[in-house]
Amino acid sequence: MADEPTKAVDAATGTPFKGHEWDGIRELDTPLPRWWLWTFYATILFAIGYTIAYPAWPMIDSATRGMLGWSSRGALASELAARDAQLAPVHQAIAATTIAKLAGRPELMRVAVEGGRAAFKVHCVQCHGAGAAGSNGYPNLNDDDWLWGGDLATIEKTITDGIRNPDHADTRQSMMPAFGRDQLLTPQQVDDVVAHVRVISHQDKPNDAARRGAQLFADNCAVCHGAGGTGSRELGAPNLTDGIWLYGGDADTIRQTIWNSRQGVMPRWNDKLDKATIRMLAAYVHSLGGGEALPAAAPAPADNAAAQP
Amino acid sequence: MLMPAGSGDLYEKRKGVYPKAVDGFYRRFKWAVMAVTLAIYWGTPWLRWDRGPYAPDQAVLVDLAHRRFYMFAIEIWPHEFYYVAGLLIMAGIGLFLVTSAVGRAWCGYACPQTVWTDLFQHVERFIDGDRNAQIRLAKAPWSAGKLARRLAKWGVWLVIAFLTGGAWIFYFADAPTLQRAFWNGTAAPVAYATTAVLTATTFLLGGFLREQVCIYMCPWPRIQTAMLDEKSLVVTYKHWRGEKRGSLKKAAAHPQQFGDCIDCDQCVAVCPTGIDIREGPQIGCITCALCIDACDRVMAQVGRLRGLIDYCTEDDAEAEKQGSPPRPLSQSLLRPRTIAYLTAWSAIGAAMLFALGARTRIDIAAQQDRNPIFVRLSDGAIRNAYTIKIRNMEARPRPVAVSTDGLAGAALWTDATPRDDASSRIVATVPADSVAKLRLFIAAPAVGPQRQDFRFIVRATDREGGGDSEDARFERP
Repeated sequence: MADEPTKAVDAATGTPFKGHEWDGIRELDTPLPRWWLWTFYATILFAIGYTIAYPAWPMIDSATRGMLGWSSRGALASELAARDAQLAPVHQAIAATTIAKLAGRPELMRVAVEGGRAAFKVHCVQCHGAGAAGSNGYPNLNDDDWLWGGDLATIEKTITDGIRNPDHADTRQSMMPAFGRDQLLTPQQVDDVVAHVRVISHQDKPNDAARRGAQLFADNCAVCHGAGGTGSRELGAPNLTDGIWLYGGDADTIRQTIWNSRQGVMPRWNDKLDKATIRMLAAYVHSLGGGEALPAAAPAPADNAAAQP
Repeated sequence: MLMPAGSGDLYEKRKGVYPKAVDGFYRRFKWAVMAVTLAIYWGTPWLRWDRGPYAPDQAVLVDLAHRRFYMFAIEIWPHEFYYVAGLLIMAGIGLFLVTSAVGRAWCGYACPQTVWTDLFQHVERFIDGDRNAQIRLAKAPWSAGKLARRLAKWGVWLVIAFLTGGAWIFYFADAPTLQRAFWNGTAAPVAYATTAVLTATTFLLGGFLREQVCIYMCPWPRIQTAMLDEKSLVVTYKHWRGEKRGSLKKAAAHPQQFGDCIDCDQCVAVCPTGIDIREGPQIGCITCALCIDACDRVMAQVGRLRGLIDYCTEDDAEAEKQGSPPRPLSQSLLRPRTIAYLTAWSAIGAAMLFALGARTRIDIAAQQDRNPIFVRLSDGAIRNAYTIKIRNMEARPRPVAVSTDGLAGAALWTDATPRDDASSRIVATVPADSVAKLRLFIAAPAVGPQRQDFRFIVRATDREGGGDSEDARFERP
């Protein structure tokens, strides 16, 4: 094949051979059409123009900037700004609508729930988890058990002012005594109260210790948790008779809770988030499945944003 | 420069092609095919088809914005795209079928590149005159007259190209509405961009690149070269009859030495790709058969038998060379390969028709919440949440009921209602031709398998009925 003269010409087409041969098949040196060449030159020109217009050539510490000044960072920034501008009217509308009225505006509510979903991923998942299912000591927001109340206005108030912020007057406040550590009850008495709580939560059958604990419960615990142990939302005192435990319902954990007390804390988001974001978070948390209806007679909560121009 | 651009070896100057007008059986057939294909292309978007108040009334509509494909009585949703895939497969096998029966008939008659090039060449002849006048004009120096003719020709081409590019967009939106919007300047930018791009490509491909598309750009001639065999119809110059070529005068002087070909070059003059069919089968031949028409006319004029150039298979050519009479075309159409393609093509078509007739027009899909998988409620019951999508693929609203099968004690409610309203069955109305999305909660007793399989069942509660089910899973701690 190598010694075949390249000038040899194919008889049928009059085209010279290339000089390659594979199993008797010989390659013709068919000329390319001229327009193909011009197309090729055009692509080269385009490439040169492109590298002038856009960032292209690597230099020592960065690439050439390009005449158009385009950058992917800049493109992202302008996309984000455009998105913010697009959402601004609806955020203003949410900020200007009280949470009680938001429930009657499905189109705003839908945006609020989705906006809240996004904000939750940034601000809340650290404690409450990505699915808002909480963990030991951090409430599950999906269920129908609420410490302070599960209607839209109450959830918004809880997010706004937080829980047990020591330096904040409006925060939700309540304090369970450390009955064992502060020697309000003897270890034996604490065990009796544990036995009583196990009985009213339907985990143990009535027994002697529980009967002793019942009187201790009435004297020490019922003021917050209620005579039946069903809790109080005004004080954030949990219902001890239902199937849901924030820290755990086994005897050891209940004993620890009574001995040391529990003081769960949540930041007040009023300092960090704007009104619309807090409202959207409330809408999202309410939508997770445990949301309760607004009490019919509840006075509309004070709304600063509504008063603003 | 690495390559000597002007050396003449690597690159070939374009040879001008100025096909001469011709009349005959195949030319008239080409006229008919052109009329039909152009009528289909330009007319289809304007056909109307009544689908009631909830769906567009355009007979053929690719509604990309709403992800629907309408074709007369058939409506395809995105998840039914396999019907479109099936159509594409049928188109592919259809091309094989046509190729095995009649060779490169697609290239010669029906390919848009052929049809539009043909149309542009007619315009060219109308303005510049026939072949000889065109050659003269091409060689003539630029003058006011030449410029006027060129501008007139390009102008008409541009109008045709614009009508071609502009017609394409009507397949993707309601044609009368879009046309008004197009002229008002209120149509979507993509409509103008598409029209501009297709106008430009039609103008360039039909007016200037022409046979270069077939010879250099299109993959189909290469595929067809591989698919042709000795039983395929190709345009054949019957050299055993034509050679040795000689003019009438020479043949009269030496009657025994010359064949039927009088070397008048009419077959070359009429060829739209500028080849000489007498060199044998070649990739540049799109089998438009215009050389057959041209040769038949000449043979008639000189009083010789028609068909010196004719459709003929390689096998028949061999037989004819041995002296047997030409076989009629109809006999070369049917052969095992053709029948096999026809069978496959019809089978796919029949299967698709059957599937279309039997497909369900209501459909349910369920996705379980994965985080959290389950939620314990204060009364001790376990709740799972699902996102349910119910597709109503008919052009009218339909009432449906969703229930479960295989989950004892299940109570269902949606995010629009409190748990107090929970029941074993959820009723909803799915709007016409759309997907209803429901967020569904199910509470069931905590006692039971950790993972319990069950089914969601949707039934249309109108007179027509019908329904669907979907496997799902209920999870407990």
